Amino acid sequence: MTSFVASIPGLYEDWILHALVWLPVAGLVHVLTTSPERSKVIAFRWSGLVFLLSLGLWWAFDPGNGGFAFESSVPWIEAWGVNYSLGIDGISVFMVILTTLTTPIAILGSFNYIRKRRKAFYALMLLLQMGVTGVFLATDIFLFYVFFELTLVPMYFIVGIWGGERRIYAAVKFFLYTAVGSLLMLVAILYMYFSSGVDSFSYEAFLNAELTMREQLWLFAAFALAFGIKVPIFPLHTWLPDAHVEAPTPGSVILASLLLKMGTYGFLRFLLPFFPGASQHPTVVTVMLVLGVAGIIYAAWVAAVQPDAKKLVAYTSVAHMGFVMIGVFALTVNGLQGGLVVMISHGVSTGALFLLLGMMYERRHTRLIDDFGGIGRVAPLFATAFVITALASIGLPGTSGFIGEFLALIGTFETHAVVAIIAATGVIFAAYYMLPMVQRVLFNELDKEENRTFADLSRREMWVLGPLVALMIWIGVQPAPILERMEPSVQVVLERVEEGAMAAAAEGAVEDGQLADASGRAGPPSTSGPVDGLNAAPATAPAPARTTVPTPGGED
Amino acid sequence: MLLDYSSSFHYVLALLPEVVISVGGMLVLIMGVVRKRERGHTAELGWISLAVLAVAAVANGWLYSGVSEAGATAMFALDGFRLFANWVFLIGAAFSIVISLAYVDRQRLQAGEYYSLILFATIGMMVMAAARDLMVIFLGLELMSIAVYALVGFNRRDRRSAEAGLKYFLLGAFASGFLLFGIALVYGATGSANIHAIAVAVQDGAAPAALMVPGVALLAIGLAFKVAVVPFHMWTPDVYEGAPTPVTAFMAAAVKAAAFAAFLRVFVVGLDGVYNQWWSILWWLAAITMVAGNVIALVQSSVKRMLAYSSIAHGGYLLVALVSANDTAAAALLFYLLIYTVMNIGAFAIVISVGNQSEENMSIESYTGFGWRKPVMGVFMTIFLLSLAGFPGTAGFIAKYNLLLGAAESRLWVLSVILVLTTVVSYWYYLRVAWYMWMKEAPEEAAAGGPGHALTPFATHVVLFVSVGLILLGGIFPGALLEMAADSVAGLRDFMAGPVAGN
Repeated sequence: MTSFVASIPGLYEDWILHALVWLPVAGLVHVLTTSPERSKVIAFRWSGLVFLLSLGLWWAFDPGNGGFAFESSVPWIEAWGVNYSLGIDGISVFMVILTTLTTPIAILGSFNYIRKRRKAFYALMLLLQMGVTGVFLATDIFLFYVFFELTLVPMYFIVGIWGGERRIYAAVKFFLYTAVGSLLMLVAILYMYFSSGVDSFSYEAFLNAELTMREQLWLFAAFALAFGIKVPIFPLHTWLPDAHVEAPTPGSVILASLLLKMGTYGFLRFLLPFFPGASQHPTVVTVMLVLGVAGIIYAAWVAAVQPDAKKLVAYTSVAHMGFVMIGVFALTVNGLQGGLVVMISHGVSTGALFLLLGMMYERRHTRLIDDFGGIGRVAPLFATAFVITALASIGLPGTSGFIGEFLALIGTFETHAVVAIIAATGVIFAAYYMLPMVQRVLFNELDKEENRTFADLSRREMWVLGPLVALMIWIGVQPAPILERMEPSVQVVLERVEEGAMAAAAEGAVEDGQLADASGRAGPPSTSGPVDGLNAAPATAPAPARTTVPTPGGED
Repeated sequence: MLLDYSSSFHYVLALLPEVVISVGGMLVLIMGVVRKRERGHTAELGWISLAVLAVAAVANGWLYSGVSEAGATAMFALDGFRLFANWVFLIGAAFSIVISLAYVDRQRLQAGEYYSLILFATIGMMVMAAARDLMVIFLGLELMSIAVYALVGFNRRDRRSAEAGLKYFLLGAFASGFLLFGIALVYGATGSANIHAIAVAVQDGAAPAALMVPGVALLAIGLAFKVAVVPFHMWTPDVYEGAPTPVTAFMAAAVKAAAFAAFLRVFVVGLDGVYNQWWSILWWLAAITMVAGNVIALVQSSVKRMLAYSSIAHGGYLLVALVSANDTAAAALLFYLLIYTVMNIGAFAIVISVGNQSEENMSIESYTGFGWRKPVMGVFMTIFLLSLAGFPGTAGFIAKYNLLLGAAESRLWVLSVILVLTTVVSYWYYLRVAWYMWMKEAPEEAAAGGPGHALTPFATHVVLFVSVGLILLGGIFPGALLEMAADSVAGLRDFMAGPVAGN
């Protein structure tokens, strides 16, 4: 197979990335022009086609030295140096395959769940797929930003139109939360654009931007806020339970499996390489690790008391993302790889959990754990899938969750032993919230009459869950093929961080002292109101430097 | 072709678009009087007005395609900035006329006067954008304003329209006084009303600050009134709400654009030398306008009023370009004005349709379930809203990004942050319309063809399609338009090299 795909490199690698981004759009048009009854099948076929095409990446992608492969670039907005450029490396390849796999499964899983306005729904799903794929493939920062924002719109409508009771509240909260972060990131991107000194938004140009430690910290903060909200990191997570609970099943699946990954991917792809100095700054690392651990522990405790199974699973996402964050900011190969595997594993297992909960909801129109009990006796296949998925989510050895969390913890232990030890308790808590839920739903007494007619998995549902369950076990047993593909790219990120940190180290010592007064001048010249400010502004602030020469500090 | 004004015919050529519209406007006015006004037959006057605008557009295109002037000090500029701004006014006027066709007919407005007033206001705008002399700016401003005062109060049968007209007239006259006083002081300080002469005088430091500072402040106030900048915006919501909706669209887009064009030429070109005197005033005006406009728009329950406040907020964004005061920002201002005109009038076209070509159904509840009843129009409205919000994929994003680029070039980071944070605020009220349209279930009577019915004539459909096309084109392939805007401001600010003749 390897040799076969490699034998047509001139073909496959030229078009595959563009096809992955734009075929869903073709599918979208097709869905809109067909009848509502046919739309689901059409959407599934298109996303299935994209998945089959993307499978070739597994063989055709050569990790090489960890750089981007299959790169192609077309000028897009020449006046600004913006290119439509795509590329793939060992970090993004798995995110892309996860995307192309999850979308058809989510579509297949929504066949019965979505009963109204089907054409619009499937069109939005395909638009979402296009946006997410674009996020993972873009190697131009402007293009990345466009895709990053573009994913908001379909998700907003998916939650808002097909969601539950409080859907509008959840949709708007999701939208605004994410927008605050990403718009500040836009300003940071602009700052870097001017700092790079090159009229280009390409990834390389941004890597070469020369930034002082102080600038790095500010920009890091802006980027971290954008991605941190998306991840979500602990205190910024409050949109997530609402969005997850209100979203329709396929929306939850995409949200958990893919949209959250855009945040963690952003940390790996942009934050660490762009701001190596800030990423190694002891305070920053401590803060990020503490927030990661806090997320793990806090989410576990909150999850344990949720009566609503879907909300419980939503909080487990926060905990899992905490593992990713500590893995990333451990800044070790194991930690980064562990973080990446947790991302994949979480995408698979939490996606499957949401699908299972959706199936429960379709049958019983409730998600309260107390309304179930003894399901395992009437629906053995359903129970099997549920148990395997739950165990993978907890991180039982032999499942994908174990590999990721174990690696992340090892990686963290190498540099921050205490953090790793505290975070490890999170694995125990995971069992503490997940297993009782499994027991109360699947086992216990079959004491409710409605549950006696709980239908087992249909053939379609087996197709939905089968690939995910297989993946959980396969990754758990045989992680080497994945790890070896991602390692070179992870190395590149780490080398970049180490190099940059050394360069910034000397200067950082000088700049550190200035940081305190810099933060004091962050706001507008005066907060004492317009009239005061009118007089105060010129006094406290020098006139803007109206030149293109970057002068750090700005006009504030 | 080079116009050196050796023969008086050159003046006609340089003013060709204005001349065409003047003649056409008179013609429409006379036809409106001569012909019988019958309901159902007023639209032809509108079509004639559109034809006039089309001829003016051809004239503008001819000037744009390489006609140049000798020197750069004439009272009337013949530069890319003026001609690009003319495109904005022509599009704004044409779209406004198209969305008025059915409205004027159904509301039994006097079509002849209505369309000719729009044409006359358009001439005023063109004069403002072209003016290289403070007095000519004043002339254009008055020409535009008086026509618009009349348009605002045009619906005699509607008390709110009359109230709005009076309010606008009184406050507008007041603002004109400020502007005129400012012109007088600046003239006193520099000895000229010509913008280039002023620029040279302030550059040399010849202008005494005692006259210059109050003069600049009064100029800023007068123009700030016209662009509806907080705290000089008090008239805006009532006037925008009371005016006939097509007039509101015209005002929010084209009138604002004209005032901004003049604002830019006076401040960024003429008063560039005293940038340090005025930048902080405009900095604060921009910041307050963005915050106040967006925050107040949050609580509006009428879509028309929400769009009025949102237009104040957009005025704040545009002020950022003035504070930035560089070529990028000037081009960004032009680009933004063009896009804003298109998307704003597009949104108003749908508001008018939902309002059944009258002043009904302005509340946001009227939009409940609208998207599912009229999917195409719902999608269009969503695109307009996303574009107004500045969302990627739409021209509104590119335009806003362009403004940020100009601000970044002048290192205005705090103002940029305020811009993006207030943009997030604006998401809320734009999205609110979207969620009423798509996410709320329509009440029974609306589904049965009640108030949810939207009266959309064919011509409005054309405007909608063209607007959406432009917004998507500008959002996905903005290259050509961006270059056009950038080329149009080339040389706008570097006149210093040449000698200043005349005066």
